[in-house]
Parts: sequence; C-alpha cells; structure tokens
Amino acid sequence: MPTKQMLVALLTLFVCPHLLFAAGTVSGKVTYTGTPARQKPIDMSKEPSCAKQHATPVTTETVVAGPNNALDNVVVYVSSGAPDDGQVPAQAVTYDQKGCQYIPHVQAMHVNQELKILNDDQTSHNIHPLAKVNREWNKSQPPGTPPLSEKFDKPEFIPVKCNVHPWMHGYFAVLTTNHYDVSKDGGDFKLPNLPPGKYTITAWHESYGTQTADVTITGNETKDVKFTFTAKPY
Amino acid sequence: MAKFFAITIIVIAIASAIPILLHTWVAPEDISTHGHMIDEQMSETMVEAGVSFLAAQLMLALFIWRFSNPRPGEKVKSFPGGARALVIGAVLLVGAEVLALGVFGVKAWANVYLTPPSTNAMPIQVQAGQFAFYFRYPGPDGKLGPIHPELINEGSQNFYGLDPEHDPDSRDDIVTAEMAIPVNKEVHLLMHAKDVGHSFFVRELRVQQDFVPGLDVSLHFTATKVGKYEIVCTQLCGLGHYNMKAYLEVLSPQDFDDWLKKQQAMQ
Repeated sequence: MPTKQMLVALLTLFVCPHLLFAAGTVSGKVTYTGTPARQKPIDMSKEPSCAKQHATPVTTETVVAGPNNALDNVVVYVSSGAPDDGQVPAQAVTYDQKGCQYIPHVQAMHVNQELKILNDDQTSHNIHPLAKVNREWNKSQPPGTPPLSEKFDKPEFIPVKCNVHPWMHGYFAVLTTNHYDVSKDGGDFKLPNLPPGKYTITAWHESYGTQTADVTITGNETKDVKFTFTAKPY
Repeated sequence: MAKFFAITIIVIAIASAIPILLHTWVAPEDISTHGHMIDEQMSETMVEAGVSFLAAQLMLALFIWRFSNPRPGEKVKSFPGGARALVIGAVLLVGAEVLALGVFGVKAWANVYLTPPSTNAMPIQVQAGQFAFYFRYPGPDGKLGPIHPELINEGSQNFYGLDPEHDPDSRDDIVTAEMAIPVNKEVHLLMHAKDVGHSFFVRELRVQQDFVPGLDVSLHFTATKVGKYEIVCTQLCGLGHYNMKAYLEVLSPQDFDDWLKKQQAMQ
C-alpha cells in the first residue's frame, strides 16, 4: 500500500509537478471612481522640531490617491481559504513616528506578530491604538526611548492616534493570514505563494470600507484582480 | 541664639524684598488696551502685600530679640484690652485691605469680563482639546457653521465636527492651528473645551481665562503691537499638558487679510 502511494506521488511529480509545488499569485490594482475628499495640509507649528522636517506641509492621509485614480493604503488580504492560519511570523513589523507622522500610515500584521514602535522625533509621542476588540492602551514615548514591543491577539482594524499631536493618525490591520499587502505606488498589490485553491480576497480602505473578490488558483498562474471603490467628496 | 534668629529673619525679609524693589523680574511687555490696568493692580497688590510682609517680619524679629530672654524679675506686659481686641483689630485691618484691593481690582477685571464686546469686534472661535488649540474664523459669510461632535475626526482634520456637505455656513469656515489677529482691532473670542478643563493664557495680552467643559466662555481684547506671541494652556489637563500651546500672530490689517486668504486656500 505505501508503495502504491509513493508511486502515485512520483507519477504526479513527473507528470504535473505544478500541482505539488505550484504557487499562484493574485495581483492587481486598487482604484476609485468619483471625487475623493481633498486632503488638508497639516499645520505643525506647535511642534517646531517636526514642522521643520517638512519643506511643504504634509497633508492628511485619509485618502491617498495616485495617478489614474489609483488608491494607496488599501489592505488587500486573503480573508478565507488561506493555507497558513495560525502561523505567526518571527519577523517583527515596525511602525515609525517621524516628523510627527506615522510611517507607514497603514501597517498590516499577523495576529500575535511582534510590532515594534519607533520614535524618531525630538519630541514625546503617546501612541494610542483605539482598539475595540483587542485591549486598548496608550503609551508615552519620549525622544530616545527604545522601540516599544507590542502585539495584538485578535484580528481587527485599529485606528491609531497620538495623544500629544492630534493630527497624527494611522491604522493597524491585524489579520489572521500572512497573505496580505497594502496597496502602494499607484494602487498596486501582490499576494504571492498561494497554492491551488479557492480564495476570498478582501480589500479594506479606512474611508471607503471593504470589498471582496473570489479567486480560484489552479496552478502556477497570476490572477489579476481589480478593486474599485466609490469616492466621496466629503 | 534668639538674637541670631531675629537677625536671620530680618536678613531674609530684606533680601527677598530687594529683587522686587529693583524690578529684577519684570512682567513681559503689555500689548493690550486693558493690560495697564491689570499691571497697576498687580503692582498695587505687590506694594501693599510687600509692606505688610516686611512689617510683620520686622515685628516678629523685634519681639524675638526683645522678649526671648526676659530680664530677671521682668513682668511681661499684655496689650491693653487683651488679645481679643488685638485679634479683632488685626482682622479688621487685613479685611479692609483685602476689600480695598478687591474694590479697586474689580475695575480692571470688569473691564475685560463684564463689558460686552463692541458690535464690530471680530469673532474667533477657539477650541481647546487634549493637547492643542484649534481656531475657527467664520469666513466671508460671517457665520460659523454648527458643530456636530459626532463628526469630529482628527484624522481628516475635522477638529470641530463640521458638516460642509449639509451646512452651507460651514463651507467657508477657516480652521487653523495658529491664531492670527489684526492689530488694534477688538477680538471677540468664543471659547469652548472639547474634553477637559484647559486655559487660554497669553502673557503679553494679560489675558488668562479657563475653558470649562460644557460652557461657552466669551472674552474680548484688543492687541496693540505687531508680533508673535505664545498661547499656552495653564490648567493641568493631562499627560501632554506641557506641550499644549499655539502661536498668536498680531499682524497689520493687510498682513492679516493675506494670512486669512492663505489659510482659506488651505481648507
């Protein structure tokens, strides 16, 4: 019996190797239709050490649009069918406070993955993730403080604010999968290494909500998925 | 020992009076129309409190010097009428002093707080929240749009919770993080707090007024000198209190118009 199974496996390997080692990719672009809200310049005059880091005032980031209606900062992830549930990456993700801004504006991570929070400014920050499902906390971080190490144990999209600088805003996307990407450089995203199977891909944007798409990967292929959000001027 | 103590008291009392008499620490320049009254009241209070302080210290030193070691057989005399008459006399004297300061001081205070602003005073709204001030100018229509607290969203810089989609009055409102005012023009400040108690303090304007959550507080003043000044929160309001400040720019009318146009373009 084991011999027969091995033979089948060997046969499969020779005849159609992509079924064993196949890894498909879902990639695409996030765009919007309509007129997005104008992003307002941020006046940081109360914090001169930050204001002087920006030659032109930075703007809000509730909608970061690119050329050809591209939409950045959209979290695209496999919401169902992901093969790696429960595998927490050993590598930490980092969230930087620099020039009184959160970099990146949206940071995605796996549940229980280490999150390192840096303060690269000459001023104190007080990072405050407004979690509803996870435990809510806020921590002060004076300049020169070593990175804070945190993690979230439940999936949630968490708005993040600074208690000292009201204009600082960002998001944590805590997910139960490692197959995620945050659209950037013109709304592009890519989810590689997906074995054959049926997946639901979800795209989440802080102002425009979520959209889903069903994708079936059959082998070594790249599936193109497009998400289009409806933008509102207010 | 008692004589040494008496001398020490006199030395400390005189040493602490010297920097005040020499005006070592002077108040920052007054840039408001009402500030001189506040300053006069302050110096009057300082003189009266200072004279009382020195007199009390000298008396204390004198009594210690004279009565700490009674001469043999000396009988300590008591004040005519006993301690009761002395205490009543002291309470009346101090009471009259405090009352007089209050009666004269109310003039300065009432001029700021109990008079209505003139009809052509420029309205500016200021909102204090942990830990920043935000200012709102009504724009060309002269009307401030209504506030919807549930719409407050700092991520999109909607600090006031305005709804320009549905409220036409809000569309031209100008919200800023810095306060600019034209020189020699009366400003009517409409103050409210977003969360806890705060305070609006500009040393040079001689203006210090608390924000009380739930109350709309009103204040008016006229700045008389162009310059850049600091607005600080002087009511301990939480962890970031030390960093709660904004800048006040007093500008010429032309510069102010330019500033306002620039701010409007950025809305």
